[in-house]
Amino acid sequence: MIVRISGEGQYRLPDENEGRLNELDNRAVAAVEQGDETGFRELFSQMLELVSGDGNELASDELVESDVIMPPRDISFEEAKGEFTGEGLIPD
Amino acid sequence: MPGLAGRMSTVIKAKISKLLDRAEDPGETLDYGYQKQVELLQNVKKGIADVVTSKKRLQMQSTKLEQNVVKLDTQARQALSQGREDLARAALERKTVAQTELQSLDHQVTELEHQQEQLTENEKKLRAKIEAFRTKKEVIKAQYSAAEAQVKISEAAHGVGEQMADVGLAIQRAEDKTEQMRARASAVEELEAAGTFEDITQLGPPQDDIDRELAQLGAGAQVDDELAKMKAELGTGEEDAPALEQGKENP
Repeated sequence: MIVRISGEGQYRLPDENEGRLNELDNRAVAAVEQGDETGFRELFSQMLELVSGDGNELASDELVESDVIMPPRDISFEEAKGEFTGEGLIPD
Repeated sequence: MPGLAGRMSTVIKAKISKLLDRAEDPGETLDYGYQKQVELLQNVKKGIADVVTSKKRLQMQSTKLEQNVVKLDTQARQALSQGREDLARAALERKTVAQTELQSLDHQVTELEHQQEQLTENEKKLRAKIEAFRTKKEVIKAQYSAAEAQVKISEAAHGVGEQMADVGLAIQRAEDKTEQMRARASAVEELEAAGTFEDITQLGPPQDDIDRELAQLGAGAQVDDELAKMKAELGTGEEDAPALEQGKENP
């Protein structure tokens, strides 16, 4: 699976991480819905860590579309309210 | 998750798809697509240059604020040495506001610097992708049948388009941020300018809008401390009278 962290780059993430990423995303959505900024920050940084830690960054000249695009690292909680809503990271 | 960039790249993707559908000859589509990418890369470069300009303007504002802090401090001392504690207090209150703003401005300039680095890095990636597209289009033209080519072209174009959209979004965010910062810094500059004592003897007791605003900012305790310190230094406070003997050597 190809994941882009907006503003940073694309990563090739092993498929077995997909479930974990989706789970974190669901919890992040729940945190945003409850207005829990601290919780959201924690979960979002875990997501970033998972992608940039377990994934391999794509070479600049690879022309591949991402399966998932994550918001930028410095997303504000206000912006997150618009982004972390509804269905999970990986659409069914 | 559609994501911030997700939505934006959807818009770009739609545009790319339209572009790709237009030309019937894949070779033509490829050349046109590449030409378009090079054009857009120029926009990206211009966007980054704008961010750098905005950052420089903020740095200039920061320098100005720094000068104002020094000036207000001097004015407070002058006022105090002339027995005008009210004016000294007003100057110190303004100094506190300018200092607070200065701190936040400096912090934001640092953040912007980091963003600028990242933008430059991403622009480099975009250039590499466009270059890869250029190579790929020749391969596609030479090796694939029209039907196969369409699929390959679409993949490659979307790969570039997504990067393009992402850099565009990052530039947009950086621009928005600098705008907000500049507006704030200007507001504080105005506030400070209104409170500058060109001639301290001409200034009546402080009671304008600015003073009311300052009072609400709750800078009180810090101002009290600074005023006391200044008094001690200048030797204007009753208990600090001996300090007037300047040049007295400390053991």
